[in-house]
Amino acid sequence: MIDIQLKDTPLSTTECSDLVASPSTGGTVLFVGTVRDHTKGKAVVRLEFEAYAPMAVSEMRKIAEEAKSRWSADKIVIHHRVGVLAIGEIAVIIAVATPHRVAAFEACQYAIDTLKETVPIWKKEIFEDGEVWVAAHP
Amino acid sequence: MNVEILAFGIAKDIVKGASFQLDLPAEATVGVLKQQLCSTYPDFERLASFAIAVNEAYRQDDFALNEKDEIVIIPPVSGG
Repeated sequence: MIDIQLKDTPLSTTECSDLVASPSTGGTVLFVGTVRDHTKGKAVVRLEFEAYAPMAVSEMRKIAEEAKSRWSADKIVIHHRVGVLAIGEIAVIIAVATPHRVAAFEACQYAIDTLKETVPIWKKEIFEDGEVWVAAHP
Repeated sequence: MNVEILAFGIAKDIVKGASFQLDLPAEATVGVLKQQLCSTYPDFERLASFAIAVNEAYRQDDFALNEKDEIVIIPPVSGG
């Protein structure tokens, strides 16, 4: 089972862990990415996420399919938020359920690392005195 | 040929809009498009990198473009 969602409403850890729960699963790893209140020592006011939606969904699906086949994951869920997020809000949740724990950790790590490299989603950090598109410049 | 290009993230700031039209030579490739973008908008050269997606997938420089393609500038991504 793969469940991919790009949402402009708050994400739910309960929903994601419920989606991957099953009797054949021995381990579930849940990665929850939240909005941090600082970056490089500077106070962040809020974040704004923007996505090229159809491709963001298809790239997340590719990641889930790869993770599922490489680690024999039974179920994998990737939910990503878009829009304006306040400090502490959840930007991304990845849930992976496998028969044994090691595979769940590895598949989850692969999914979040790859998501950050390939999925067309952009984050703008808003500071008191300006704003910056994260990772845009070297 | 005249193509429509969509922009996201910092690319939207650079071209000052979410989409724009660009005139390209017939049989232009992704590589030609990138060169033209950099000469029209030098700010693209200052980015860490940028990719081009055509019809919802990343494409290499030798990929040939068509007038009706959905062409998107993908500046460095930063999701998660």
